[in-house]
Amino acid sequence: MLRPTLELKPRASAHAIRSFIFALAALAIAHHGSAQDTPLISGGVGFFTSTNAGNTTYLPIIEPLLAAPLGRHVLVESRAALLEFFSPKGGDQSGYDHSHFIGLTYLQGDYVASRHFTIVAGDYLIPFNTYNDRLSPIWISNFQDGPLIANLSFSSSGSGLGGMLRGNAIQRSKYSIDYNYYYSTRSANEQFSASRGSGGRASLYLPEQRLEVGLSYDRLLQGAHENFYGAHVWWEPKDTAFRMRSEFASGHHAQGYWVEADYRSRAFGGLDSAIGRIEPVFRMQQTFRRDTTVSDGLPLVNTQRADFGFDYNLPHNARILTSYAQQFSASGNHNVWETGIVYRFLFPAWKGKQQ
Amino acid sequence: MNSKHFIFGVLILASVSALVVAAQQNSTPVIAPTKKSATQKQATQPQDEGERVFQQNCSRCHTAPEGFSPRISGTIVRHMRVRASLSQHEEEQLLHFFNP
Repeated sequence: MLRPTLELKPRASAHAIRSFIFALAALAIAHHGSAQDTPLISGGVGFFTSTNAGNTTYLPIIEPLLAAPLGRHVLVESRAALLEFFSPKGGDQSGYDHSHFIGLTYLQGDYVASRHFTIVAGDYLIPFNTYNDRLSPIWISNFQDGPLIANLSFSSSGSGLGGMLRGNAIQRSKYSIDYNYYYSTRSANEQFSASRGSGGRASLYLPEQRLEVGLSYDRLLQGAHENFYGAHVWWEPKDTAFRMRSEFASGHHAQGYWVEADYRSRAFGGLDSAIGRIEPVFRMQQTFRRDTTVSDGLPLVNTQRADFGFDYNLPHNARILTSYAQQFSASGNHNVWETGIVYRFLFPAWKGKQQ
Repeated sequence: MNSKHFIFGVLILASVSALVVAAQQNSTPVIAPTKKSATQKQATQPQDEGERVFQQNCSRCHTAPEGFSPRISGTIVRHMRVRASLSQHEEEQLLHFFNP
């Protein structure tokens, strides 16, 4: 199973490359005011294998991210995915078929007016709940697969074309409230396809408890005009390397939730020791279908899935991901074994000014 | 696996998680509070403040990358300012944390 972020509708490679060149050109003309503002290239390169019900697939992937500041208030940023997908030939045939995909995940410009107002314009990741805009990069995810409900919002591609207003509404020492509001126009453009819709997210963060709770809402403003509701809870206790994240999402035809936990021990020489680099991860999720209208990417029958994994955080920004999942549904139960390795890169786009 | 088993599994996980966190917090070595001089305080405050900004914003989603060129630290901080709605002061503190 591919990650939800990769399940974008196939976009023409030539267009993607052209857009990427455009982004690079934007980087090239970026005026960076100080020696620390050199445009950067970051991202992840990974190799994943997945054995689902006896079929093994292979997925080499690169997710580059470009970021270039312009002046004191503007940032241009973009992320893309380039992958080759190898899957067994069907029937009695031996060997593998393969297909490739190149596409922009987002391309946006940000104008930071103050901490309370940031204006985002372009093709942006929809911040409905948290997975899509915070956890989907391959160098951040704990698992190779995204949650089953990751695509449950007004835009199944996960991106919108238009504008967004985001910022911090209230900041106190005991709590803070962040918000965003977005509007997306309808677009049939091959590279920047999007649905018309709008929505927003508000989240409350308690820094002492390291607890975040938030609510999301968005609405499809074309065709059936459906509503989507979401909620998330994150808890990352202070002075521990334990994290618990969860989301609930409900759409017109289906709903579901996931709960994920990961932990690293500091008890055996710290996080950088051989044992401290081990990261047990666990995710439990369920989806519930109200009807069989296929419009949201969720399984067609009620599904329960539990993922157990061990990640290993190697030195030099490399990470090994391994997991075993059991998935139960009326259409059949099966096991999913996944392994992969991801390397995160981060370097200046060019030499830049010396300090 | 029916719903009851599933909910039971969630409860077990939550209990184990709580125990692990409690054990971790108890095993954290206690550092005796020491009185710092005003100069020392002033010298360490920006670093502490930058670390706090990092812990409360950046590391909620991801671990810190292991080393990067100081030439891109301003760009990284700008990226985080957009993502986490940081103030200009927090941006400066974070930049100082990256480049002490």
